[in-house]
Amino acid sequence: MALLEVTDLNTRFRTDDGIVKAVSGVSFTVESGETLGVVGESGSGKSVTFLTLMGLVDRRHAEVSGSVRFDGQEILGASGKQLQKIRGRRIGMIFQDPMTSLNPVKKIGWQLEEAVLLHNDVTHDEARRRAIEILKEVEIPKADTRIDDYPHQFSGGMRQRVMIAMALINNPEVLIADEPTTALDVTTQAQILRLMTKLQEEHGMAIVMITHDLGVVAELSDDVLVMYGGRVVEQAEVDDLFTKPEMPYTWGLLGSLPRLDITSARLEQIPGQPPSLLHPPSGCAFNPRCAYAFDRCHEELPELRAGAVGEGHRFRCHLSDDERARIWEAKKASLGAAEGSAA
Amino acid sequence: MIRYLIRRFFWAVWLFFMATFITYVIFFLIPSSPGRITGFGFSVSPVQAAQINSQWHLDVPAYQQYWIFVWNMIRHQSLGYSFQNGASVRWIMAQDARVTGSIVLGGAVLWLLISFPVGVLSALRPRSLFDRAAMVFVLVGIASPPVWLGLILAYLFGFKLGWTPIADYCNFASSAGGECSGPVHWAYHLILPWLTFAFLFAALYVRIIRATLLETASEDYIRTARAKGAPARRVVVRHMLRNSLLPVVTMLGMDIAYVLGNVLFVERVFNLHGLGIEVLSAVHTSDVPVIIGVIVCITLAVIVANFIVDVAYAVLDPRVRLL
Ligand SMILES: Nc1ncnc2c1ncn2[C@@H]1O[C@H](COP(=O)(O)OP(=O)(O)OP(=O)(O)O)[C@@H](O)[C@H]1O
Ligand SMILES: [Mg+2]
Repeated sequence: MALLEVTDLNTRFRTDDGIVKAVSGVSFTVESGETLGVVGESGSGKSVTFLTLMGLVDRRHAEVSGSVRFDGQEILGASGKQLQKIRGRRIGMIFQDPMTSLNPVKKIGWQLEEAVLLHNDVTHDEARRRAIEILKEVEIPKADTRIDDYPHQFSGGMRQRVMIAMALINNPEVLIADEPTTALDVTTQAQILRLMTKLQEEHGMAIVMITHDLGVVAELSDDVLVMYGGRVVEQAEVDDLFTKPEMPYTWGLLGSLPRLDITSARLEQIPGQPPSLLHPPSGCAFNPRCAYAFDRCHEELPELRAGAVGEGHRFRCHLSDDERARIWEAKKASLGAAEGSAA
Repeated sequence: MIRYLIRRFFWAVWLFFMATFITYVIFFLIPSSPGRITGFGFSVSPVQAAQINSQWHLDVPAYQQYWIFVWNMIRHQSLGYSFQNGASVRWIMAQDARVTGSIVLGGAVLWLLISFPVGVLSALRPRSLFDRAAMVFVLVGIASPPVWLGLILAYLFGFKLGWTPIADYCNFASSAGGECSGPVHWAYHLILPWLTFAFLFAALYVRIIRATLLETASEDYIRTARAKGAPARRVVVRHMLRNSLLPVVTMLGMDIAYVLGNVLFVERVFNLHGLGIEVLSAVHTSDVPVIIGVIVCITLAVIVANFIVDVAYAVLDPRVRLL
């Protein structure tokens, strides 16, 4: 049994302009100790998916349906009390912007201790001891004095370390990292990712890594979820996804992956805009931008179906197996040629 | 923190002297040598006028007069003597400031007591029945002129229902003797003036508190707190309130000044002899020392209020302490 099992998750926001279909029919699983990479353009519903399963979307404005089973227990629509026991204790979460994600008027120590005290019946001293310990673990220098600093006294990278420390202080089984490095500079990004890998080895938690960066996915993930327009459009083990992506959007993503060994002139951008979730296009949401779209793509939403590799690799596309194989071979050749000429 | 406070303190002192200086210049450049016009209500001969002028140091240049004024204020804590009746301005100010201070501070406490719970509750349940009812209250409060409101309150509760007194001030300290003294009578007599002020400002503050809370609720660190597993109540009390207090504190500092400028209307309606009434009659009689005394008093109150706001800010927000 998977640790986290999400089935047919839907999130719809009621807004003044109409209903925003932010997440539609999303299903996936996370196994203990594994890393799931989640990629997709801005607005594809990555954050909302995970905020929904944590019970962090405002239910007054959002309609949520589907099922989220954590360790066998249904948590979607669970009571506030039940969720509070899971959040921060068994599932930790960190966010994109470390500059705004810590309370500016509370000391770092207070915020870390709070995380301990909310879930454990321990003394303040013990909570503080644990806080210092975890700060050391995320490699904050002089942890025992810096614990009395305020967030504004930390740099962005340091704050993200504090966020990670706060998410891990209760040894959760899952860490959901929502673009943890997007707001940081490249060197700091690498440090944070290395730190997360190290912590995963030590703590053995599962990680959900939400990111725009396919390079990060390739490096860290076991499985990958590609999202587009609020839906999962392809899911696969990481090697399968990179060696044999099965649908045009993923091809586009791989084509736009900046790599040092490919001259940037050959980088392919996906033309067009991400779809509106307020008025999504009929049929396949990617059809307005897809070079291979035909009539059926405009009329019918492709099912998430298994490809040649088996159930582990699923995707949404109306193109026949032969056509997809042919197009991907041609694409690979052109990318490969670019690689060759750069070498 | 200490350095910040010291800087704010010197800034306050500097402001005070600037304010008194400007006041002084304005009033003493207006040609109204009281010795010449009227001496205590009687017409006087030129000789007497000169005598009076020299007695009050009115025959020396303005900058020297200012210097004498400052010197007396610092050295003797004296603000001079009323042209009208020769009473010590300091004594007059002490009497009036008690009245005005009671109205303003009591009103501020009352409006905060009303607006905090109402603002917090309506922010917790936006668009609920309670929230909508509170918004009606806010609109009525903001729309009603204080004078009109004061008169209505006096008529309704004081005159028609006879629940409250409609005029006069009672001393807070019971040592003054008589039936009209002591905290109970003091508060009893001030209820209507307080309500008059509180109604308008409670309305404004409910709106501000609701808005800042709703804004704070969408901050990233609030999401962090919830992701940690903090219960909803704790999120509001421990994470949101303090952050939303900052704009409220700023407003409070400014509004105390605003209220002091407008306290006259309430004093008039409820016949309370405070600074407002005092300055009004002093203007009619060109009683410059009293006018300056009132201005010094109010300036001091505003500066002290702002200093307290600065301190409160530093206490509430660690980022300010670095400035
Ligand atoms: N509270 C809300 N009310 C209305 N619409 C919302 C709300 N939250 C998110 N959305 C919409 O849901 C869609 C998905 O947003 P989401 O934040 O999940 O995207 P994302 O994939 O995480 O993008 P990014 O990479 O920029 O973080 C967006 O179109 C967004 O406008
Ligand atoms: Mg996001």
